[in-house]
Amino acid sequence: MERADLIDLRKAMDGGFREFSRSYGDAIESVFDPLLYFLVWFEKLLLGAPWIVVLAVLVGLSYGASRSWKLSGLVLGSFLLIGYFGMWADTMRTLSIITVATLLSLTVGIPVGITMARSDRVQTMVTPVLDIMQTMPAFVYLIPVVMLLGIGKVPGIIAVVIYAIPPVIRLTNLGIRLVDRDVLEAATAFGANKAQRLWNVQLPLAMPNIMAGINQTIMMALAMVVIASMIGVKGLGQPVLKSITNQYFTLGLLNGLAIVAVAIMFDRVSQAYAKRSQKHLIGMHGD
Amino acid sequence: MTDQEPLIRIKNLYKVFGEKPQAVMPMVHKGISKDDLLAQTGHTLGLRDINLDIKKGEIFVIMGLSGSGKSTLIRHFNRLIDPTEGAIFIDGVDVMSLSQKELEEFRRRKMSMVFQRFGLLPHRTVLDNVAFGLSIQNVSKDERNAKAREWLLTVGLEGYEQQYPAQLSGGQQQRVGLARALCTDPEILLMDEAFSALDPLIRSGMQDELIDLQDKLRKTIVFITHDLDEALRLGDRIAILKDGIVSQVGKPEEILLNPADDYVEAFVRDVNRARVLSVDVVMQPPVNRLTTANIDEALKKMRGWDEDYAYVFRQNKYQGVVTQNALEEVSEHTDANPPLHECCEEGPTLQPDMSLQDALPATLESDYPVPVVDADGEYQGTLSKEDMVDALANSNDGEDTVKTSNAA
Repeated sequence: MERADLIDLRKAMDGGFREFSRSYGDAIESVFDPLLYFLVWFEKLLLGAPWIVVLAVLVGLSYGASRSWKLSGLVLGSFLLIGYFGMWADTMRTLSIITVATLLSLTVGIPVGITMARSDRVQTMVTPVLDIMQTMPAFVYLIPVVMLLGIGKVPGIIAVVIYAIPPVIRLTNLGIRLVDRDVLEAATAFGANKAQRLWNVQLPLAMPNIMAGINQTIMMALAMVVIASMIGVKGLGQPVLKSITNQYFTLGLLNGLAIVAVAIMFDRVSQAYAKRSQKHLIGMHGD
Repeated sequence: MTDQEPLIRIKNLYKVFGEKPQAVMPMVHKGISKDDLLAQTGHTLGLRDINLDIKKGEIFVIMGLSGSGKSTLIRHFNRLIDPTEGAIFIDGVDVMSLSQKELEEFRRRKMSMVFQRFGLLPHRTVLDNVAFGLSIQNVSKDERNAKAREWLLTVGLEGYEQQYPAQLSGGQQQRVGLARALCTDPEILLMDEAFSALDPLIRSGMQDELIDLQDKLRKTIVFITHDLDEALRLGDRIAILKDGIVSQVGKPEEILLNPADDYVEAFVRDVNRARVLSVDVVMQPPVNRLTTANIDEALKKMRGWDEDYAYVFRQNKYQGVVTQNALEEVSEHTDANPPLHECCEEGPTLQPDMSLQDALPATLESDYPVPVVDADGEYQGTLSKEDMVDALANSNDGEDTVKTSNAA
């Protein structure tokens, strides 16, 4: 193939996609409207509510999930500091986008993982897609998403989900495949149907792995916050982006630390919850 | 047990593992060996032409070493594994004709299974594990928990309801497995090496309990094991499986005394026969029975017999042994002519259901074959030292050494 042919090919593909996004962009965008409404509603809820209420809910959730006063105290302290340094609004925006992105990742990822675990063919088809999602630089798939949907919250969420969803899919698949075959066989022998096996055996026994996947997904979603801010997602990422371009060291550091604080909170709380709910597996050998 | 319609009937069952089992079936029918089949086609012959009839209420043991296909076979009963060819009838129902839904219903009601590695749900309490079968049937929580508590009591695990399986010992976990299987009140109990993972002492305790339970419940139990002692102890009948073929089906004593081939014989060789065999299996038919009280009449009878001793019974009660010499002496030297039962030597008797081990001392100490008398005082037969030696000796040279008495 000649050099000119290559250029033509590239131009043709670009043109084709541009055409496609021009003619279908609006239609596709409207598909995501419910998501946008939910996202906006949730963000307004977090921003609109008195900070003391939000803080109480956050600390309450932390304690409910982990039953640890130490962890709850840490959350309380971090968020008081965040508020003191004037990052409350950005943190709430980030919290809302992370929460929605994580929920979306789980509602899509867990069923995909289950389907993968049930069929080797689906697994061989999905695995390379996940590989691409995890290795392709985020900026690259931001391009078509932005072309299709413009900049704003929805493309930001989609970019975050694409980046964050592979772990929960992979670990759901792995967890279900690792379920003790004897236990599954016993359930079958007692006449359990597919759904009963899934809910009574496979999901509960795969839960430690699924929880690890959820944890990873949350962490990766947080890691995307800065990149997503490049396409107009508001939150802690934007001040970071601003400080990179303007060399505001302290602003970058403070917002970076706020992201870290949110990440640690999500991580510790979800892990403590996972550990607590799996206590029976430790049996006599643990605490 | 008389001839009745078998509860479980397996007919011409074949199982081939591999990519295209149907394609190699013609070769299997022509009798290709397992190794050749694997070498030529990459298919593994799991089971070949299995035919079994299992009667209602019996403990049917399928025994074989690992790789003999016994676990594969038991999984055909509830179709955890589908056969390549052949039919399975349970209570007259062709299990192969059931749809997925019917099959699930069938597994819920008709039979349940106990597993070698227990297969308990680690995230559920002992109580919930026992109630699992009923929860699958959508029985209400109160009802299933009440039933589960009852069964936990039966297997001796009351007080453990809220524990998790990992907190129990192996023996306790298998009790939970047994309670779970019984909780759905199935007609058939499938036990796949249920006691193999347990310590020897606990295993033998569980065997005793299973026998006790079976006396009360009268389930039909299909029990898989690789342990011949266990098979002989539990089984009403035993099938010996080797390389996917049934070598022999029979009662424990038939297997022990008349092994069908070298394989079974090799198996049987190390068994403690004295513990397994009972007196009635090896005793000789009753002979030399005297019921008269008159010595002369007795002597007349005795002179016609080969042996010079006789067993004296009076009103259907065993009195003792007399010898011809002793009687002659009495009749020559005494004028009193006492009744016969006053002349006999009192001696031991055996019960028909005694094990040979228990019968051994009496048999060895006695100068004569020991009479076997049942609980009603009925004279059943005799057991001599020679009979004992024949039964306990390992020489099974193809013929029935017990029935052809060759006492020296």
